[in-house]
Amino acid sequence: MSFFKKLKEKFSGDETKQETQSDKYKEGLSKTRSSFSGKINDLVARYRKVDEDFFEDLEEILISADVGVATVMDLIDELKMEVKRRNIKDSKEVKEVISEKLVDIYYGEEAEDVEQLNLNQNGLSVILFVGVNGVGKTTTIGKMAHQLKEEGKKVVMAAGDTFRAGAIEQLDVWGERVGVEVIKHNAGSDPAAVIFDGIQAARSRGADVLLCDTAGRLQNKVNLMNELSKVKKVISREIPEAPHEVLLVLDATTGQNAMSQAKTFSEATDVSGIVLTKLDGTAKGGIVLAIRNEMSIPVKYVGLGEKVTDLQAFDAHAFVYGLFADMMEEDTP
Amino acid sequence: MAFEGLADRLQGTIQRIKGKGKVTEQDVKEMTREVRLALLEADVNFKVVKDFVKRIRERAIGQEVMESLTPGQQVIKVVRDELTELMGGEQSKIAVADRPPTVIMMVGLQGAGKTTTTGKLANLLRKKYNRNPMLVAADVYRPAAINQLETLGKQLNMPVFSLGTEANPVDIANQAIEKAKEDHQDYVIIDTAGRLHVDNDLMDELQQIKANVQPDEIFLVVDAMTGQDAVNVAESFNEQLEVSGVVLTKLDGDTRGGAALSIKAVTDKPIKFAGMGEKLDELEAFHPERMASRILGMGDVLSLIEKAQDTVDENKAKELEEKMRSATFTFDDFLEQMGQVRNMGPLEDIIGMLPGANKMKGLKNVQFDEKQLSHVEAIIQSMTKQERQDPSIMNASRKKRIAKGSGRNVSEVNRLLKQFEEMKKMMKQMSNMPKGKKGKGMKFPFM
Ligand SMILES: Nc1nc2c(ncn2[C@@H]2O[C@H](COP(=O)(O)OP(=O)(O)OP(=O)(O)O)[C@@H](O)[C@H]2O)c(=O)[nH]1
Ligand SMILES: [Mg+2]
Repeated sequence: MSFFKKLKEKFSGDETKQETQSDKYKEGLSKTRSSFSGKINDLVARYRKVDEDFFEDLEEILISADVGVATVMDLIDELKMEVKRRNIKDSKEVKEVISEKLVDIYYGEEAEDVEQLNLNQNGLSVILFVGVNGVGKTTTIGKMAHQLKEEGKKVVMAAGDTFRAGAIEQLDVWGERVGVEVIKHNAGSDPAAVIFDGIQAARSRGADVLLCDTAGRLQNKVNLMNELSKVKKVISREIPEAPHEVLLVLDATTGQNAMSQAKTFSEATDVSGIVLTKLDGTAKGGIVLAIRNEMSIPVKYVGLGEKVTDLQAFDAHAFVYGLFADMMEEDTP
Repeated sequence: MAFEGLADRLQGTIQRIKGKGKVTEQDVKEMTREVRLALLEADVNFKVVKDFVKRIRERAIGQEVMESLTPGQQVIKVVRDELTELMGGEQSKIAVADRPPTVIMMVGLQGAGKTTTTGKLANLLRKKYNRNPMLVAADVYRPAAINQLETLGKQLNMPVFSLGTEANPVDIANQAIEKAKEDHQDYVIIDTAGRLHVDNDLMDELQQIKANVQPDEIFLVVDAMTGQDAVNVAESFNEQLEVSGVVLTKLDGDTRGGAALSIKAVTDKPIKFAGMGEKLDELEAFHPERMASRILGMGDVLSLIEKAQDTVDENKAKELEEKMRSATFTFDDFLEQMGQVRNMGPLEDIIGMLPGANKMKGLKNVQFDEKQLSHVEAIIQSMTKQERQDPSIMNASRKKRIAKGSGRNVSEVNRLLKQFEEMKKMMKQMSNMPKGKKGKGMKFPFM
């Protein structure tokens, strides 16, 4: 079955929930979509033949989405081979191959439900948030606390960023905003100790989920990365199967350095998923394709704004659907 | 290390040319292709890269490169020259208003580092220019943003003007200026909320603040890790506000920082400062020529030397430099050196700044972490005095003994010996450089 047909089937099914979600994506990603698939459409319109120029322009489109040079080169090579194999001459036909390949890159060999949060169904789940400075860790925690609470879960947050000025107060404001308790120590105290207390508090309150904030840190600071490993160890010592998730928060505006972030944070804390924030801007966040391709870390959530409701579970099909919606509509008779 | 620098990328072509002894247009084409890839990997915007590569190709096809005996180096030189020119000269001056207070407005995307930079700038103004800045908390949106600025104000012992989160940022800015006049504060730095360049309402708010307070400087704060989108952000902020300069933050990370080039190319506004750490004194003048090297992956040699100068004991350094020159550098010196290097901060930072660290076989695969260092230390400490002075006497049984003594294995001992030789070779090369080129204080023995 063709990729488009598969998608169409998925989205024209009677599951309304999915439709709303894809609508939200369409809205949130409208900028991404219009610029990205708009460009691919331009490209297709401009070139009747599939030649070197065509591929060069396609390369540029993908690079401008921060997909990353290496991934783009691989993709283009594969496309060229595919085009040759299927003897494709018309640029319209190649469109479909492009999207197939992108989804292929995203999913690889894996099952398609990797986006689900791994939560302990009976007992406390601990989620640790890590990332470089200013990517949106604290905001994401606030949004997620709200979301989990709406689902009927009891949530506690731990103010593990004891370093940055105002960080504890920031989480406190979120706590008030969403009605969730924040466990905190004084500024400058040991983050591992805060998280330890967070676990004790979450346990004694019978909480379902503990969300742990940490200070932003650049991944090349060895000492700070060690500090993070220590925080993780403290969690595992208290609850052997915890943290149930280590979420790396990435800013969609970030370029190729996101790959280095993914690698180094994974080494230090065994990252289990990514939250891609600030997708409401004009940046495309294409680097997650490369990260997925090279390290198979799935994106679990996307941030689409600063409001408490601006956090969406990531659904690769919806994501790709958003990217290619224009093209698909064109396909429909 | 994540990406190859330009020099590494050009290796293949250069080797081939060496064999042929003649440079063809095809070779130049290949080399410019590598230039393109290197810049893209460094996050320079693809449009900017396109223009740039075109210029390089024109110059390279001319005799300058094709007739050169060392075409590879020549290409690198052409690229570096062009890049340095594009980046412009150093411009870290801050405006002074005819009538105080001088007003500075900080603008940028969410999470770029505006608040921290506000604090750093205030610190710099007082320390270097003897000024009395007042900080203004005009971010009423992000939770605890005001609190963050107030905390910085306390740390700096400087006044922070705030009207809480209910007030309008335009009013806050206006009243802040009045207050500064009353209190004879000669600088006012307004920390505004982060916003998307496509958020019309919030961009409008900035325009209103600007119209009201008529700032002498508007600094656009940009994260050095920004990717292709940097051009959109910079272009948009500049169009709507006519910024006067750029501050690049988080340059202490390991990003190549190609955004710097993109921003310069689309706005033609000077990048004035670079944020180099989270502490309030870690704001530096931006050095365009260093940035050019960094984007090309050539190592930030000058920063490294400066850093070394700050930390390394003067006399000992001189002694070492002498040893280097006469190539009598021994494992004892190496050991001592390691101690000093440790004082300089995280090793990754330092190695990252070394030119060609990527290329040196010995260094390439070594993980520069503290553990590794202690292993190296253990190995050297297991050597006899004689071995340390003259590693050439090393043989299989000596190596075995050292391995046993240090609890490492023989291949690790071998690796270290090889690295040491590489290093000595490199030192020799560097010390053969003409004096002028090395800068005034070439004291770092790794060089
Ligand atoms: N537009 C937009 N802004 C966001 C999003 N997520 C976070 N932000 C904003 O980005 C800025 C930084 O967010 P924080 O949550 O403080 O980031 P952080 O990673 O906790 O930062 P540090 O703790 O300083 O390292 C804030 O102004 C947030 O409101 C998003 O999805 N879209
Ligand atoms: Mg935070």
